[in-house]
Amino acid sequence: MERNLMKGNEALAEAAIRAGCKCFFGYPITPQTEISAYLAKRFKQAGGVFLQAESEIAAINMVLGAASTGVRAMTSSSSPGISLKSEGISYIAGSDLPCVIINVQRGGPGLGGIQPSQADYWQATKALGHGDFQLLVFAPNSVQEMVDTVTKAFDLADEYRMPAMILADGLLGQMMEPVTFPEISAKPVEKPWAANGHGNKREHNIINSLYLQPDVLEKSVKDRFERYAEIKEKHAEAELYMTEDAEVVVTAYGATARVAKSAVNMAREQGIKAGLIRPITLWPFPVKQMNEGSKNAHTLICVEMSMGQMIDDVKLAINCSKPVEFFGRTGGVIPKPSEILEQIKKYAKGGNQ
Amino acid sequence: MTHDILLAGFGGQGILFAGKILAYSGLMDEKEVSWLPSYGPEMRGGTCNCSVCISDDPIGSPLVLEPSILIAMNTPSLEKFVNSVKPDGVIIVDSTMVDIKVERTDVKTFYVPATQLASDNGLPGGANIILLGKLFKETGIVSAETFKKAIEKVVPAKKASLAANNLKAVQIGMDFNG
Repeated sequence: MERNLMKGNEALAEAAIRAGCKCFFGYPITPQTEISAYLAKRFKQAGGVFLQAESEIAAINMVLGAASTGVRAMTSSSSPGISLKSEGISYIAGSDLPCVIINVQRGGPGLGGIQPSQADYWQATKALGHGDFQLLVFAPNSVQEMVDTVTKAFDLADEYRMPAMILADGLLGQMMEPVTFPEISAKPVEKPWAANGHGNKREHNIINSLYLQPDVLEKSVKDRFERYAEIKEKHAEAELYMTEDAEVVVTAYGATARVAKSAVNMAREQGIKAGLIRPITLWPFPVKQMNEGSKNAHTLICVEMSMGQMIDDVKLAINCSKPVEFFGRTGGVIPKPSEILEQIKKYAKGGNQ
Repeated sequence: MTHDILLAGFGGQGILFAGKILAYSGLMDEKEVSWLPSYGPEMRGGTCNCSVCISDDPIGSPLVLEPSILIAMNTPSLEKFVNSVKPDGVIIVDSTMVDIKVERTDVKTFYVPATQLASDNGLPGGANIILLGKLFKETGIVSAETFKKAIEKVVPAKKASLAANNLKAVQIGMDFNG
Protein backbone atom coordinates (compact mmCIF):
# COMPACT_ATOMS: atom_id res chain seq x y z
CA MET A 1 0.00 0.00 0.00
CA GLU A 2 1.39 3.39 -0.95
CA ARG A 3 2.29 5.74 1.87
CA ASN A 4 1.31 9.34 1.26
CA LEU A 5 1.74 12.46 3.30
CA MET A 6 -1.52 14.04 4.32
CA LYS A 7 -2.74 16.65 6.76
CA GLY A 8 -4.83 15.22 9.57
CA ASN A 9 -7.89 17.19 8.52
CA GLU A 10 -7.66 16.06 4.90
CA ALA A 11 -7.06 12.47 5.95
CA LEU A 12 -10.22 12.57 8.10
CA ALA A 13 -12.17 13.83 5.09
CA GLU A 14 -10.79 11.21 2.68
CA ALA A 15 -11.39 8.48 5.24
CA ALA A 16 -15.02 9.59 5.60
CA ILE A 17 -15.59 9.20 1.86
CA ARG A 18 -14.03 5.75 1.92
CA ALA A 19 -16.20 4.83 4.89
CA GLY A 20 -19.25 5.52 2.74
CA CYS A 21 -20.11 8.98 4.03
CA LYS A 22 -22.55 10.52 1.57
CA CYS A 23 -23.43 13.83 3.22
CA PHE A 24 -21.32 16.47 4.87
CA PHE A 25 -22.74 19.63 6.38
CA GLY A 26 -20.41 22.14 7.96
CA TYR A 27 -19.49 25.70 8.69
CA PRO A 28 -15.88 26.89 8.54
CA ILE A 29 -13.78 27.40 11.66
CA THR A 30 -10.04 27.20 12.30
CA PRO A 31 -8.32 24.75 12.77
CA GLN A 32 -10.59 22.25 10.97
CA THR A 33 -11.60 24.05 7.77
CA GLU A 34 -9.50 21.76 5.55
CA ILE A 35 -12.05 19.01 6.20
CA SER A 36 -14.76 21.08 4.51
CA ALA A 37 -12.45 22.31 1.77
CA TYR A 38 -11.32 18.79 0.91
CA LEU A 39 -14.85 17.38 0.86
CA ALA A 40 -16.16 20.29 -1.23
CA LYS A 41 -13.74 19.18 -3.95
CA ARG A 42 -13.73 15.41 -3.51
CA PHE A 43 -17.47 14.81 -3.18
CA LYS A 44 -17.87 16.00 -6.79
CA GLN A 45 -15.95 12.96 -8.04
CA ALA A 46 -16.80 10.56 -5.25
CA GLY A 47 -20.52 11.27 -5.31
CA GLY A 48 -22.05 12.84 -2.25
CA VAL A 49 -23.50 16.03 -0.89
CA PHE A 50 -21.26 18.76 0.44
CA LEU A 51 -23.12 21.70 1.85
CA GLN A 52 -21.78 24.72 3.66
CA ALA A 53 -24.65 25.61 5.94
CA GLU A 54 -25.51 29.11 7.14
CA SER A 55 -24.45 28.20 10.67
CA GLU A 56 -23.28 25.34 12.86
CA ILE A 57 -26.82 24.96 14.19
CA ALA A 58 -28.17 24.52 10.68
CA ALA A 59 -25.39 22.07 9.81
CA ILE A 60 -26.07 19.71 12.71
CA ASN A 61 -29.79 19.72 12.00
CA MET A 62 -29.07 18.87 8.37
CA VAL A 63 -27.05 15.92 9.69
CA LEU A 64 -30.11 14.90 11.70
CA GLY A 65 -32.23 15.01 8.56
CA ALA A 66 -29.75 13.11 6.40
CA ALA A 67 -29.11 10.47 9.06
CA SER A 68 -32.89 9.93 9.34
CA THR A 69 -32.90 8.65 5.78
CA GLY A 70 -30.24 6.07 6.63
CA VAL A 71 -27.26 7.56 4.79
CA ARG A 72 -23.92 8.06 6.49
CA ALA A 73 -23.70 11.74 7.40
CA MET A 74 -21.02 13.79 9.07
CA THR A 75 -20.25 17.26 10.34
CA SER A 76 -17.09 18.76 11.73
CA SER A 77 -16.19 21.85 13.68
CA SER A 78 -13.91 23.17 16.38
CA SER A 79 -14.73 23.90 20.00
CA PRO A 80 -16.99 27.02 19.82
CA GLY A 81 -18.79 25.49 16.84
CA ILE A 82 -19.39 22.23 18.71
CA SER A 83 -21.05 24.17 21.51
CA LEU A 84 -23.46 25.58 18.95
CA LYS A 85 -24.21 22.06 17.70
CA SER A 86 -24.99 20.71 21.13
CA GLU A 87 -28.77 21.08 20.92
CA GLY A 88 -28.85 19.22 17.62
CA ILE A 89 -26.58 16.49 18.96
CA SER A 90 -28.98 15.90 21.86
CA TYR A 91 -31.86 15.60 19.36
CA ILE A 92 -29.82 13.14 17.27
CA ALA A 93 -29.10 11.04 20.35
CA GLY A 94 -32.76 11.24 21.40
CA SER A 95 -33.83 10.12 17.92
CA ASP A 96 -31.39 7.17 17.97
CA LEU A 97 -29.64 8.32 14.82
CA PRO A 98 -26.10 7.41 13.82
CA CYS A 99 -23.69 10.07 12.57
CA VAL A 100 -20.09 11.18 12.98
CA ILE A 101 -19.11 14.52 14.50
CA ILE A 102 -15.51 15.69 14.41
CA ASN A 103 -14.18 18.20 16.93
CA VAL A 104 -10.72 19.54 16.10
CA GLN A 105 -10.31 21.24 19.46
CA ARG A 106 -8.94 24.73 20.02
CA GLY A 107 -8.42 26.74 23.17
CA GLY A 108 -11.43 28.04 25.11
CA PRO A 109 -13.68 29.10 26.74
CA GLY A 110 -15.55 31.58 24.56
CA LEU A 111 -13.92 32.28 21.23
CA GLY A 112 -10.71 31.31 23.01
CA GLY A 113 -7.84 30.87 20.57
CA ILE A 114 -7.06 28.77 17.53
CA GLN A 115 -4.15 26.72 18.86
CA PRO A 116 -4.47 23.06 19.95
CA SER A 117 -6.34 22.21 23.14
CA GLN A 118 -8.07 19.34 24.93
CA ALA A 119 -10.40 21.43 27.04
CA ASP A 120 -13.57 19.90 25.54
CA TYR A 121 -13.15 16.54 27.29
CA TRP A 122 -15.95 17.20 29.75
CA GLN A 123 -18.19 18.46 26.99
CA ALA A 124 -17.57 15.40 24.80
CA THR A 125 -17.79 12.72 27.45
CA LYS A 126 -20.26 14.14 29.99
CA ALA A 127 -22.52 16.84 28.67
CA LEU A 128 -22.76 17.35 24.96
CA GLY A 129 -26.28 18.68 25.28
CA HIS A 130 -29.22 18.21 27.60
CA GLY A 131 -30.64 14.91 28.69
CA ASP A 132 -29.45 11.43 29.59
CA PHE A 133 -27.21 10.39 26.73
CA GLN A 134 -23.69 9.53 25.66
CA LEU A 135 -21.70 9.73 22.47
CA LEU A 136 -19.03 7.30 21.40
CA VAL A 137 -15.88 9.40 21.77
CA PHE A 138 -12.65 8.43 20.02
CA ALA A 139 -9.29 10.08 20.66
CA PRO A 140 -6.81 9.12 17.93
CA ASN A 141 -3.21 10.27 18.27
CA SER A 142 -1.85 10.13 14.72
CA VAL A 143 -3.01 10.88 11.21
CA GLN A 144 -3.10 7.13 10.43
CA GLU A 145 -5.16 6.40 13.52
CA MET A 146 -7.58 9.19 12.59
CA VAL A 147 -8.12 7.46 9.23
CA ASP A 148 -8.75 4.11 10.88
CA THR A 149 -11.02 5.70 13.48
CA VAL A 150 -13.39 7.27 10.96
CA THR A 151 -14.48 3.87 9.64
CA LYS A 152 -14.79 2.47 13.15
CA ALA A 153 -16.82 5.49 14.25
CA PHE A 154 -19.30 5.12 11.38
CA ASP A 155 -19.58 1.35 11.91
CA LEU A 156 -20.22 1.57 15.65
CA ALA A 157 -22.55 4.55 15.25
CA ASP A 158 -24.65 2.48 12.83
CA GLU A 159 -24.51 -0.64 14.96
CA TYR A 160 -25.69 1.14 18.11
CA ARG A 161 -27.74 3.89 16.42
CA MET A 162 -25.99 6.75 18.18
CA PRO A 163 -23.73 9.68 17.34
CA ALA A 164 -19.96 9.15 17.44
CA MET A 165 -17.43 11.88 18.00
CA ILE A 166 -13.81 12.00 16.93
CA LEU A 167 -12.10 14.27 19.43
CA ALA A 168 -9.00 15.58 17.69
CA ASP A 169 -7.13 18.84 18.22
CA GLY A 170 -5.44 21.53 16.17
CA LEU A 171 -2.11 19.75 16.23
CA LEU A 172 -3.48 16.50 14.80
CA GLY A 173 -5.62 18.37 12.30
CA GLN A 174 -2.82 20.54 10.97
CA MET A 175 0.11 18.12 10.93
CA MET A 176 1.10 15.93 8.00
CA GLU A 177 2.16 12.32 8.47
CA PRO A 178 2.44 9.27 6.24
CA VAL A 179 -0.87 7.56 5.82
CA THR A 180 -2.25 4.56 3.93
CA PHE A 181 -5.91 3.94 3.21
CA PRO A 182 -7.53 0.54 3.42
CA GLU A 183 -8.94 -0.58 0.03
CA ILE A 184 -12.63 -0.70 0.91
CA SER A 185 -13.79 0.22 4.36
CA ALA A 186 -17.52 0.82 3.95
CA LYS A 187 -19.67 -1.93 5.43
CA PRO A 188 -23.22 -1.85 4.08
CA VAL A 189 -25.61 -1.84 7.02
CA GLU A 190 -29.33 -2.60 6.93
CA LYS A 191 -31.34 0.25 8.40
CA PRO A 192 -34.94 -0.92 8.60
CA TRP A 193 -35.76 2.07 10.79
CA ALA A 194 -34.81 4.68 8.18
CA ALA A 195 -37.37 7.19 6.91
CA ASN A 196 -36.39 6.81 3.30
CA GLY A 197 -39.54 6.33 1.24
CA HIS A 198 -41.04 2.95 0.50
CA GLY A 199 -44.06 3.44 -1.77
CA ASN A 200 -46.59 2.40 0.89
CA LYS A 201 -45.14 -1.11 1.05
CA ARG A 202 -44.79 -1.06 4.84
CA GLU A 203 -45.74 0.90 7.93
CA HIS A 204 -44.04 4.28 7.86
CA ASN A 205 -41.08 4.88 10.13
CA ILE A 206 -41.06 7.83 12.50
CA ILE A 207 -37.90 9.57 13.64
CA ASN A 208 -38.65 11.47 16.81
CA SER A 209 -37.22 12.57 20.13
CA LEU A 210 -40.44 13.82 21.76
CA TYR A 211 -42.11 11.55 24.32
CA LEU A 212 -44.73 13.30 26.42
CA GLN A 213 -45.53 10.24 28.54
CA PRO A 214 -42.89 9.98 31.27
CA ASP A 215 -43.05 6.19 31.40
CA VAL A 216 -42.58 5.90 27.64
CA LEU A 217 -39.66 8.35 27.71
CA GLU A 218 -38.14 6.52 30.66
CA LYS A 219 -38.31 3.26 28.74
CA SER A 220 -36.69 4.77 25.66
CA VAL A 221 -33.83 6.18 27.77
CA LYS A 222 -33.41 2.90 29.63
CA ASP A 223 -33.28 0.95 26.37
CA ARG A 224 -30.57 3.29 25.19
CA PHE A 225 -28.61 2.79 28.41
CA GLU A 226 -28.76 -0.98 27.91
CA ARG A 227 -26.94 -0.43 24.65
CA TYR A 228 -24.47 1.83 26.46
CA ALA A 229 -23.76 -0.97 28.95
CA GLU A 230 -22.95 -3.33 26.09
CA ILE A 231 -20.65 -0.74 24.51
CA LYS A 232 -18.81 -0.21 27.80
CA GLU A 233 -18.26 -3.96 27.97
CA LYS A 234 -17.10 -4.45 24.38
CA HIS A 235 -15.59 -1.31 22.94
CA ALA A 236 -13.38 0.45 25.49
CA GLU A 237 -9.86 0.72 24.06
CA ALA A 238 -6.49 1.88 25.29
CA GLU A 239 -2.83 1.51 24.40
CA LEU A 240 -0.53 0.38 27.21
CA TYR A 241 3.09 1.38 26.68
CA MET A 242 5.85 0.04 28.92
CA THR A 243 3.40 -0.31 31.80
CA GLU A 244 4.32 -3.88 32.78
CA ASP A 245 6.95 -2.86 35.36
CA ALA A 246 6.14 0.85 35.50
CA GLU A 247 6.21 2.58 38.87
CA VAL A 248 5.07 5.91 37.51
CA VAL A 249 2.36 5.76 34.87
CA VAL A 250 1.40 8.74 32.75
CA THR A 251 -2.14 8.86 31.37
CA ALA A 252 -2.71 11.00 28.31
CA TYR A 253 -4.75 10.88 25.11
CA GLY A 254 -4.54 12.31 21.61
CA ALA A 255 -1.67 14.63 20.72
CA THR A 256 -0.63 14.93 24.37
CA ALA A 257 -0.03 11.17 24.47
CA ARG A 258 2.63 11.58 21.78
CA VAL A 259 4.48 14.14 23.86
CA ALA A 260 4.02 11.95 26.94
CA LYS A 261 5.44 8.92 25.10
CA SER A 262 8.59 10.91 24.27
CA ALA A 263 8.86 11.81 27.97
CA VAL A 264 8.40 8.16 29.01
CA ASN A 265 11.17 7.14 26.61
CA MET A 266 13.44 9.83 28.04
CA ALA A 267 12.67 8.64 31.58
CA ARG A 268 13.44 5.03 30.64
CA GLU A 269 16.81 6.13 29.22
CA GLN A 270 17.53 7.57 32.66
CA GLY A 271 16.60 4.30 34.34
CA ILE A 272 13.19 5.43 35.63
CA LYS A 273 10.45 2.83 35.35
CA ALA A 274 7.84 4.95 33.59
CA GLY A 275 4.93 3.89 31.43
CA LEU A 276 1.98 5.33 29.53
CA ILE A 277 -1.69 4.48 29.38
CA ARG A 278 -3.32 6.10 26.37
CA PRO A 279 -7.11 5.92 26.26
CA ILE A 280 -8.18 5.46 22.62
CA THR A 281 -11.86 5.67 23.50
CA LEU A 282 -12.79 8.38 26.01
CA TRP A 283 -16.36 7.15 26.17
CA PRO A 284 -16.50 4.32 26.94
CA PHE A 285 -13.55 5.00 29.26
CA PRO A 286 -11.04 2.10 29.33
CA VAL A 287 -11.49 1.21 32.98
CA LYS A 288 -10.03 -2.31 32.79
CA GLN A 289 -6.98 -1.14 30.87
CA MET A 290 -6.45 1.68 33.37
CA ASN A 291 -6.27 -0.86 36.21
CA GLU A 292 -4.20 -3.34 34.23
CA GLY A 293 -1.67 -0.69 33.16
CA SER A 294 -1.25 0.84 36.60
CA LYS A 295 -1.12 -2.36 38.66
CA ASN A 296 2.56 -1.94 39.60
CA ALA A 297 2.54 1.84 39.76
CA HIS A 298 2.73 3.85 42.97
CA THR A 299 1.69 7.08 41.22
CA LEU A 300 -0.27 8.05 38.13
CA ILE A 301 0.19 11.38 36.40
CA CYS A 302 -2.63 12.60 34.20
CA VAL A 303 -1.33 14.96 31.50
CA GLU A 304 -3.73 17.00 29.42
CA MET A 305 -3.96 20.17 27.36
CA SER A 306 -6.53 21.49 29.82
CA MET A 307 -6.80 22.34 33.51
CA GLY A 308 -7.55 18.69 34.29
CA GLN A 309 -10.71 17.10 32.91
CA MET A 310 -9.86 13.44 32.24
CA ILE A 311 -8.22 13.14 35.66
CA ASP A 312 -11.59 12.52 37.35
CA ASP A 313 -12.24 9.53 35.11
CA VAL A 314 -8.77 8.17 35.84
CA LYS A 315 -9.41 8.44 39.59
CA LEU A 316 -12.80 6.77 39.25
CA ALA A 317 -11.40 4.02 37.04
CA ILE A 318 -8.87 2.98 39.68
CA ASN A 319 -11.29 3.75 42.51
CA CYS A 320 -8.87 6.32 43.94
CA SER A 321 -6.68 3.40 45.01
CA LYS A 322 -3.50 5.32 44.14
CA PRO A 323 -2.54 8.97 43.99
CA VAL A 324 -3.33 10.56 40.63
CA GLU A 325 -1.33 13.73 40.05
CA PHE A 326 -1.96 16.26 37.33
CA PHE A 327 0.08 18.25 34.88
CA GLY A 328 -1.47 20.36 32.15
CA ARG A 329 -0.98 23.27 29.83
CA THR A 330 -3.97 25.08 28.45
CA GLY A 331 -5.12 27.89 26.19
CA GLY A 332 -3.32 26.49 23.15
CA VAL A 333 0.05 25.78 24.79
CA ILE A 334 1.42 22.32 23.97
CA PRO A 335 3.30 20.64 26.83
CA LYS A 336 6.98 19.91 26.22
CA PRO A 337 8.45 16.43 26.66
CA SER A 338 10.94 17.94 29.13
CA GLU A 339 8.11 19.34 31.29
CA ILE A 340 6.45 15.93 31.50
CA LEU A 341 9.79 14.27 32.20
CA GLU A 342 10.26 16.68 35.10
CA GLN A 343 6.91 15.55 36.54
CA ILE A 344 7.83 11.88 36.13
CA LYS A 345 11.13 12.47 37.93
CA LYS A 346 9.43 14.41 40.70
CA TYR A 347 7.16 11.48 41.56
CA ALA A 348 9.60 8.69 40.71
CA LYS A 349 12.07 9.91 43.31
CA GLY A 350 10.60 8.60 46.49
CA GLY A 351 7.28 9.92 45.29
CA ASN A 352 4.41 9.26 47.68
CA GLN A 353 6.24 6.69 49.72
CA MET B 1 18.68 8.65 14.18
CA THR B 2 16.26 11.58 14.40
CA HIS B 3 16.49 14.92 12.66
CA ASP B 4 14.39 17.67 14.18
CA ILE B 5 14.27 20.44 11.63
CA LEU B 6 12.82 23.91 12.01
CA LEU B 7 12.30 26.16 9.00
CA ALA B 8 11.40 29.77 9.69
CA GLY B 9 10.91 33.01 7.80
CA PHE B 10 8.21 35.28 6.38
CA GLY B 11 4.98 33.94 4.96
CA GLY B 12 5.42 33.76 1.18
CA GLN B 13 9.05 32.60 1.24
CA GLY B 14 8.05 28.99 0.73
CA ILE B 15 8.78 27.83 4.27
CA LEU B 16 5.90 25.35 4.33
CA PHE B 17 6.66 24.08 0.82
CA ALA B 18 10.34 23.52 1.64
CA GLY B 19 9.25 21.66 4.78
CA LYS B 20 6.87 19.56 2.72
CA ILE B 21 9.62 18.62 0.24
CA LEU B 22 11.85 17.70 3.16
CA ALA B 23 9.13 15.53 4.70
CA TYR B 24 8.43 13.85 1.35
CA SER B 25 12.16 13.17 0.97
CA GLY B 26 12.06 11.34 4.30
CA LEU B 27 9.00 9.45 3.10
CA MET B 28 10.85 8.38 -0.09
CA ASP B 29 13.65 7.04 2.10
CA GLU B 30 11.09 4.94 4.04
CA LYS B 31 11.57 6.98 7.21
CA GLU B 32 9.05 8.07 9.79
CA VAL B 33 8.20 11.72 9.15
CA SER B 34 6.01 14.50 10.45
CA TRP B 35 5.32 18.03 9.24
CA LEU B 36 3.66 20.65 11.40
CA PRO B 37 3.06 24.24 10.31
CA SER B 38 2.64 27.18 12.61
CA TYR B 39 -0.87 28.32 11.90
CA GLY B 40 -2.28 31.65 12.84
CA PRO B 41 -3.99 34.73 11.52
CA GLU B 42 -0.84 35.92 9.69
CA MET B 43 -0.45 35.11 6.03
CA ARG B 44 1.89 36.65 3.45
CA GLY B 45 4.47 38.86 5.12
CA GLY B 46 3.82 37.56 8.63
CA THR B 47 6.14 35.21 10.47
CA CYS B 48 5.86 31.58 9.59
CA ASN B 49 7.58 28.41 10.69
CA CYS B 50 7.35 24.73 10.15
CA SER B 51 8.56 21.70 12.14
CA VAL B 52 9.75 18.62 10.26
CA CYS B 53 10.88 15.42 11.96
CA ILE B 54 12.63 12.65 10.05
CA SER B 55 13.42 9.56 12.08
CA ASP B 56 14.04 5.82 12.05
CA ASP B 57 11.64 5.51 15.01
CA PRO B 58 8.01 6.54 15.50
CA ILE B 59 7.76 10.27 16.11
CA GLY B 60 6.55 11.54 19.48
CA SER B 61 5.85 15.22 19.59
CA PRO B 62 5.85 16.66 16.06
CA LEU B 63 6.52 20.11 17.49
CA VAL B 64 10.23 20.91 17.17
CA LEU B 65 11.34 22.96 20.17
CA GLU B 66 15.06 22.14 20.06
CA PRO B 67 16.01 21.74 16.42
CA SER B 68 19.08 19.84 15.31
CA ILE B 69 18.80 21.82 12.07
CA LEU B 70 17.51 25.38 11.69
CA ILE B 71 16.88 27.10 8.38
CA ALA B 72 16.39 30.84 8.96
CA MET B 73 15.11 32.99 6.12
CA ASN B 74 14.77 36.29 7.98
CA THR B 75 16.35 38.14 10.88
CA PRO B 76 13.47 37.82 13.39
CA SER B 77 13.42 34.05 12.89
CA LEU B 78 17.13 33.68 13.47
CA GLU B 79 16.94 35.88 16.58
CA LYS B 80 13.99 33.91 17.91
CA PHE B 81 15.33 30.39 17.36
CA VAL B 82 19.15 30.62 17.41
CA ASN B 83 19.44 29.72 21.08
CA SER B 84 17.08 26.77 20.84
CA VAL B 85 19.33 24.87 18.40
CA LYS B 86 20.93 21.79 19.97
CA PRO B 87 24.70 21.88 20.55
CA ASP B 88 26.48 20.52 17.43
CA GLY B 89 23.41 21.47 15.43
CA VAL B 90 23.40 23.07 12.01
CA ILE B 91 22.09 26.54 11.15
CA ILE B 92 21.58 27.58 7.55
CA VAL B 93 20.94 31.27 7.02
CA ASP B 94 19.68 33.15 3.98
CA SER B 95 22.31 35.88 4.22
CA THR B 96 20.51 38.07 1.66
CA MET B 97 17.67 38.45 4.14
CA VAL B 98 19.52 38.21 7.44
CA ASP B 99 21.92 40.93 8.51
CA ILE B 100 23.14 39.43 11.79
CA LYS B 101 25.68 36.69 12.53
CA VAL B 102 25.35 33.67 14.77
CA GLU B 103 27.50 34.25 17.86
CA ARG B 104 27.34 30.66 19.09
CA THR B 105 30.43 28.53 18.54
CA ASP B 106 28.89 25.17 19.45
CA VAL B 107 26.86 24.99 16.24
CA LYS B 108 27.83 24.92 12.57
CA THR B 109 26.50 27.93 10.70
CA PHE B 110 26.37 28.32 6.92
CA TYR B 111 25.53 31.63 5.27
CA VAL B 112 24.02 31.31 1.82
CA PRO B 113 22.85 34.43 -0.07
CA ALA B 114 19.96 32.33 -1.30
CA THR B 115 17.53 35.08 -2.29
CA GLN B 116 20.30 36.78 -4.31
CA LEU B 117 21.36 33.48 -5.93
CA ALA B 118 17.75 32.76 -6.82
CA SER B 119 17.26 36.08 -8.53
CA ASP B 120 20.67 35.88 -10.32
CA ASN B 121 19.65 32.54 -11.76
CA GLY B 122 16.16 33.51 -12.82
CA LEU B 123 14.54 31.44 -10.09
CA PRO B 124 12.35 33.91 -8.19
CA GLY B 125 10.99 32.29 -5.04
CA GLY B 126 13.63 29.57 -5.24
CA ALA B 127 15.66 30.67 -2.20
CA ASN B 128 13.96 28.08 0.02
CA ILE B 129 15.06 25.21 -2.23
CA ILE B 130 18.59 26.63 -2.60
CA LEU B 131 18.86 26.50 1.20
CA LEU B 132 17.62 22.90 1.15
CA GLY B 133 20.41 22.09 -1.34
CA LYS B 134 22.97 23.47 1.08
CA LEU B 135 21.36 21.49 3.90
CA PHE B 136 21.56 18.23 1.92
CA LYS B 137 25.21 18.85 1.03
CA GLU B 138 26.27 19.66 4.60
CA THR B 139 24.25 17.06 6.47
CA GLY B 140 23.65 14.27 3.95
CA ILE B 141 20.18 13.66 5.42
CA VAL B 142 18.70 13.47 1.94
CA SER B 143 20.44 12.48 -1.30
CA ALA B 144 20.02 14.39 -4.57
CA GLU B 145 18.30 11.31 -5.97
CA THR B 146 15.77 11.17 -3.13
CA PHE B 147 15.09 14.87 -3.44
CA LYS B 148 14.37 14.40 -7.16
CA LYS B 149 11.84 11.69 -6.36
CA ALA B 150 10.22 13.90 -3.73
CA ILE B 151 9.91 16.79 -6.18
CA GLU B 152 8.36 14.51 -8.77
CA LYS B 153 5.86 13.32 -6.17
CA VAL B 154 4.86 16.79 -5.02
CA VAL B 155 4.89 18.73 -8.30
CA PRO B 156 2.19 17.53 -10.70
CA ALA B 157 3.39 16.18 -14.08
CA LYS B 158 1.72 18.98 -16.03
CA LYS B 159 3.86 21.49 -14.16
CA ALA B 160 7.11 19.76 -15.13
CA SER B 161 8.86 23.11 -15.69
CA LEU B 162 8.43 23.88 -11.98
CA ALA B 163 10.04 20.58 -11.11
CA ALA B 164 12.99 21.47 -13.35
CA ASN B 165 13.37 24.84 -11.59
CA ASN B 166 13.40 23.17 -8.20
CA LEU B 167 16.05 20.70 -9.33
CA LYS B 168 18.14 23.58 -10.65
CA ALA B 169 17.73 25.47 -7.36
CA VAL B 170 18.76 22.51 -5.23
CA GLN B 171 21.89 22.09 -7.38
CA ILE B 172 22.81 25.76 -6.88
CA GLY B 173 22.53 25.24 -3.14
CA MET B 174 24.64 22.09 -3.24
CA ASP B 175 27.33 23.77 -5.32
CA PHE B 176 27.54 26.92 -3.19
CA ASN B 177 30.65 27.14 -1.07
CA GLY B 178 30.61 29.53 1.83
